[in-house]
Order: sequence, then structure tokens, then C-alpha cells
Amino acid sequence: MRAALFVTCLVDGVVPEVAKATVRVLERVGVTMEVPWAQTCCGQMHVNTGYPREAVPLVRNHVAVFEGYEAVVVPSGSCAAAIRHQHAEVARLAGDPALAGAAEAVASKTWELSEFLVDVLGVTEVGAYFPHRVTWHPTCHSLRLLRVGQRPLQLLRAVDGIDLVELPDAGQCCGFGGTFALKNPAMSSAMLADKIAAVRRTGASYAAAGDASCLLHIGGGLSRLDTGIGTRHLAEILAVTRSGS
Amino acid sequence: MTFLGMPGAPRGVGQLRQREPFPEAAAGALGDRQLRRNLGHATSTIRAKRAAAVAEVADWEDLRAAGAAIKDEVLAHLDRYLVQLEDQVAARGGTVHWACDANQANQIVTDLVRATGQAEVVKVKSMATQEIGLNESLSAAGITATETDLAELIVQLGHDTPSHILVPAIHRNRSQIRDIFLREMPDAPPGLTDEPAELAAAARAHLRRKFLAAQVAISGANFAIAETGTLAVVESEGNGRMCLTLPRTLITVMGIEKILPAWRDLEVFLQLLPRSSTAERMNPYTSMWTGAAEGQDFHLVLLDNGRTATLADPAGRAALRCIRCSACLNVCPVYERAGGHAYGSVYPGPIGAVLSPQLTGVADNPDLPFASTLCGACYDVCPVAIDIPAMLVHLRSRVVDDKRARHHGPTPEAATMKGLAWTMSDARRWAWALRASRAGRLLGRRRGRIRNLPGPLAAWTVSRDLPRPPAQTFRDWWRTRPLASQRDAATSGLRSEERATREDGAVKGEWGGGWGPGGERGK
Repeated sequence: MRAALFVTCLVDGVVPEVAKATVRVLERVGVTMEVPWAQTCCGQMHVNTGYPREAVPLVRNHVAVFEGYEAVVVPSGSCAAAIRHQHAEVARLAGDPALAGAAEAVASKTWELSEFLVDVLGVTEVGAYFPHRVTWHPTCHSLRLLRVGQRPLQLLRAVDGIDLVELPDAGQCCGFGGTFALKNPAMSSAMLADKIAAVRRTGASYAAAGDASCLLHIGGGLSRLDTGIGTRHLAEILAVTRSGS
Repeated sequence: MTFLGMPGAPRGVGQLRQREPFPEAAAGALGDRQLRRNLGHATSTIRAKRAAAVAEVADWEDLRAAGAAIKDEVLAHLDRYLVQLEDQVAARGGTVHWACDANQANQIVTDLVRATGQAEVVKVKSMATQEIGLNESLSAAGITATETDLAELIVQLGHDTPSHILVPAIHRNRSQIRDIFLREMPDAPPGLTDEPAELAAAARAHLRRKFLAAQVAISGANFAIAETGTLAVVESEGNGRMCLTLPRTLITVMGIEKILPAWRDLEVFLQLLPRSSTAERMNPYTSMWTGAAEGQDFHLVLLDNGRTATLADPAGRAALRCIRCSACLNVCPVYERAGGHAYGSVYPGPIGAVLSPQLTGVADNPDLPFASTLCGACYDVCPVAIDIPAMLVHLRSRVVDDKRARHHGPTPEAATMKGLAWTMSDARRWAWALRASRAGRLLGRRRGRIRNLPGPLAAWTVSRDLPRPPAQTFRDWWRTRPLASQRDAATSGLRSEERATREDGAVKGEWGGGWGPGGERGK
């Protein structure tokens, strides 16, 4: 099977390891990965900050880049949710029904990584080896907008050597919220403090999630407090094998 | 899309406005340790109880859909249902008054109380009268209003304002309540302890004297049945029943969106409301009355105060489905930490963040739509399925449009967003910007993390480090990835001139993203 990778702007520029790991996992299970160079950003930050008009060229670019592919994989629940729940609406607000239709078509074949592995490929065991204690933060948009449910946990439970421990109050937001973290820094930090306390209670070496953005937030707090706890994206855990990555 | 609103529809006035910027108000509340403990304890308890009460109902999702559909039917034909309600109430001896805003409603109620010659009234807990600031308005006219709901009484005696829709004194704990009673309630027993049963008994004795003396009562309404003219109040303490039945004059102030078309629609809402709000299968007291009881004067004041204006926005009007259960407050991570006062409006939390700016116009509550991470917990628990996160996003664009219209030239934020959109709508510009961002590698060289950022980004580094930018972006890694490992470069989306650059050879396969233990990147 062929699939196009939507890298996402944050992963491309800040945490490229997440996309490299996504490619490794998917190639290992037999997917031919393509990375269209002309891709940029889903525009969620613009829409969620009150600038849907500014998001229109981004949606237009995204749709033009990906409409030719049979499947699009995204290592982010939040970006996948923006594509599925916002793109057509942004196009309609801009008075462009043709773009809205095309955006719906792209959305219908766009999958968050765990959805793609479990639902499209029917795979839960990807031959990964990760001999560490890990706790899973489900991330709000994966949980409540995409409803990915148990899929990431099915994948993690099949990882050789992993010690997966439940995160207390796992469904609580970490406080990132995109520009919320900058507009309401005190509140965002207070929410982060509680998330970090929950992570620490598990005794995990790694906090893991399916969104690089939430991990940037949680990891930024874990680092500031010198907790010694690292973060890993789902793809990064699934990418490691016994023979190395 | 520019939202035009409904010309001429009155804007909401009264207790609906943020008093200071939300981020600062919330930061202040976060520093109140007692408040954080009280709220954290109260909301987590009620969250768990609600979840259990809702899980008992097999057809909850169907009930939720029915609740939303009934409310949407009312909102779509509000003109007709309001007139039907008025006719039914009048036919059964009640008098109906129409108030375009809070000021008019206060005037109507004040005049009605004055006409009775009374200087004291008792009140049933009511959000509509909190919204219009009725107590303050009556007080200015020399009329004393006594709140008879226990929590509202605590708020009133404490010279305080409610911080929660359903549990207005949620920010107080029992020892604070004891202190308020001893200080403000003349008939409080001197040896009063902070045992909840003792506190309730003291309030009960105090209120019983008020009920027996009162000649005028003022209430709100949870529901009004257009078909029969019946009003309904749902409560837990029996104080409502006392107020609705004992006094000679009953005045009910009700938002125009409280209507249900028919009696049978109560079946849906009397299941949705108690389980969502107090986590009860059935609320203790449901009082219903139709027109004026024998020997009683009954007045119904129908309040607009920004509701018609809210109705005019197709993307915002579903906020008028709200039945004031406050389930969204109890699950909201922002409300749980900020408390209700930080929102300024009597409607706090997620529903307040979408309702208050619509009632007043977004210019008067510009921060509230941004007072959310869009985590979506509120939508999941809403018994009438209001998609609050989507509505917040919509209202954010209305705030931005409003600022755009009133500013000369773009705000710094708008300029940034426009610049980013221009950069990101073209991959060449975006790739260039990514390479330029590697200048950030000058920062955080020693420990691989950045601890201080300048300008608006300093808000990030108040509590969070940022990883040092990577040496190579993903797109650069991909371009230089050995061609041999590619299945089919021709369809890889790379243009031919870029394919050539990939033959430059292998890059070191370094990876291991995120943050390593100890905060170091990579492994």
C-alpha cells in the first residue's frame, strides 16, 4: 500500500524525529511512504485563534497537495482532527464550495497514525521493542474529536518489553491548547503542573502521546523541573526494534 | 464571514461582563489556595457522581439528541411559542410582561413590588434575576430581597457574588460559611459549629421566619410549557416550594429561551437536568404551576437581554439550548482552577464563555472565548449537545473581526497571523523559514534546551523549556535520504531537481525525538 505522510509543521521544524519514526514504522509494515514536498501546515492554529480567513490558503494548499493520494497518514490527532472537522468549514466560510468538497474528500482518506495502523492496515503488532516504563496521555483531540479510543493502547500493549502504566486522570487536558499557552500562561502552567504530578506518580521513565504538540508542552515542563522523565511520541516507541531503530 | 447580527435586537446588560482581562483574573484566582482546594475537591466529587448517574441511563445519547431537537424546535419558532405561552398564562389569570433588557425587567419587577406596598421579598434561586442584578436594583428602591436557597443565602450574607451556576457558594468551605453566619445572621445560634447539619439547621430556622412573613416572592423558571402556560421550578431544598406557594404575590422572571412546546417534553428534560447537574436520578422538589393560584397574583416577566441577538447567529444560537445544569463547569479544567468570579459574568465556565459574549456582544467580553484549551470535555457532558468548542472557535473569529473593525491597521497578532499564513501557504517560503529558524540553535547550546525566550514567546518559558531547534528539518532529511531506500521516487512527490539532491548521500540516521530523560535530546 502507498500512503502520503502529512508531516505537520511542528514535527517538520521542531521534532523531525517523530516523522522519521513514523516513516520507519510504516515502511516496516510494508507501506510505501511518500512525502509530498509542497505540504506545509493544516492551519489549525489560525482557525483556533480566530483567523479562519488566513487559514484558507493553507487549506487550499493542503488539499491540492494531498488530493491525489489514496491515503494520508498524520502523526498527530490534533492535525487530523483539524483536517476532518475544520477544513471543509473554513472553505465554506470563504464561499468556496468546490474547495469544501475537495477538502471533505481529502479528510475522508486522512488517518491519524494509530487509526491507520489499526483500522486501515489491521495491524496492532509492529515488531517494536521498548523496555521502559511508559505512561500514556491520550490527548484531548485524539480522545474527544477523533475518538481513537483504545487504538494507541492496543499498539503499545503489543510492544515487546514495555511496562505500560495507567496515567491518573489521563483524560484531563495538559493545558497546551495552542495559543492558549501564550494567552493564558498562568492557567496553562497550572494545568501542566497537575499533568506532571500525575506523570510522576506513575514512576514512568517516559510520558507518551500521539501528538508532538502536547508532548512539547508536557516535555517542556518535565525538563524545566529536571524530573528526569522523557517524552516519546507513539511513533518513536513503535519504531524501535530489538535490532535497533 | 462577517457576522452582522440582528439590527435593533437589544444587547444584554446587567451582570454579564468580564470585569478585568480573563488571563489576569484567572492568575489571581490561581493564587488563592483556599479557593483552589475548595473548587478542586467540589468539582472532582460532582464529576464522578455525574458520570455514574448518567451511566445508569441506557438511552442517554438518545435523550441528549431529543433534548437538543426540542430546544432547536423552540428556538426556530420562538415567536410563535412565546405568544402561545402568553395567551395560556393570561387565560389562567396570570399577567405577562415583556422586558427587552435587564433595566426594563428590573423596572417592571420594582414597580410590581411597590404596588403591593411591601418592602421585603423572598427569592427562589434564579439565574435570570442574578443576570439582571435584581437584588441590587430592588435594594436601590428600598426593597430588601432575601435569597432562600442555602448557597445563595451564603453568598448574599457574605456580600459576595455566585461563582457557579448550580452551587453558587462552591468557593466557600464549611468553616468560612460558619463565620459568615455568625457575622451576618442575627438569629444564628452563638455556639454554631461548622458541622453541615448544624449550619443547615441554623439557615432553616432563619429562613422559616422569612417564609412565614413574606407577602411577595420572586422566582425564575427552569421550564415554561407553551401548550398549557405551565411554569416549572426544579430544586433540592423545598425553599422554592415555600416561596411559590406561601406569598400572595408571585413574580417570575424568565429568559425567553426557557420554553418547551408541550407538557410531554418535560419527560426528556426532567431526566437530563438532575442527572447532569446534581447527579440525582430525580430532583427532590419539582414545582409546577399554571397561571395564578386562587387568591394569588401571578406575574411572568419575559426577558430578552441579548437573547434575540444571540438567536440571529446561526453558529452561536445553540447556546440558547442551555438548561443551566452546569455539567460543563464541573468538567472544565479552566473553570476548576479559576472559579466562577474570574469570568465576571454570572454565567461562568464553558457555557458562560459562549453565552456571555453573545448576550452582550463580543466587544464587551473579548477574552472569554479564548478562556479554553478546546479540550472538548464540556461538549461530551452537555445534556443538550451544545458543541461548545466549535462555538468558542467561531466566537474567537467574531472577536478578531470586531477588533479589526475598530482598530486602525492590524493588531500585532493579526499581522503575525497574516505573515505566518503567507509563509506557510507556499512550501518554498515555508522551507526557507524553517531553515532560518535554525538560527535558534544559537540558544540552548549547553544543555540542549532553551529556558528563556524573548517577546510574546516569554509566556511559553514561564514554566516550560523549549528544545533547541534540530540541526536538520524533516523535509531536509527526507530530501537527502538515500534513494535506494525509496520505493519509487518518481511518485514520491519530489520534483526532479530535488530528487537529484537526495543522491548527495546518506544522513546520519540520528533520531530519538522528544525529550530524553534528563532533558537531553536524542539518544
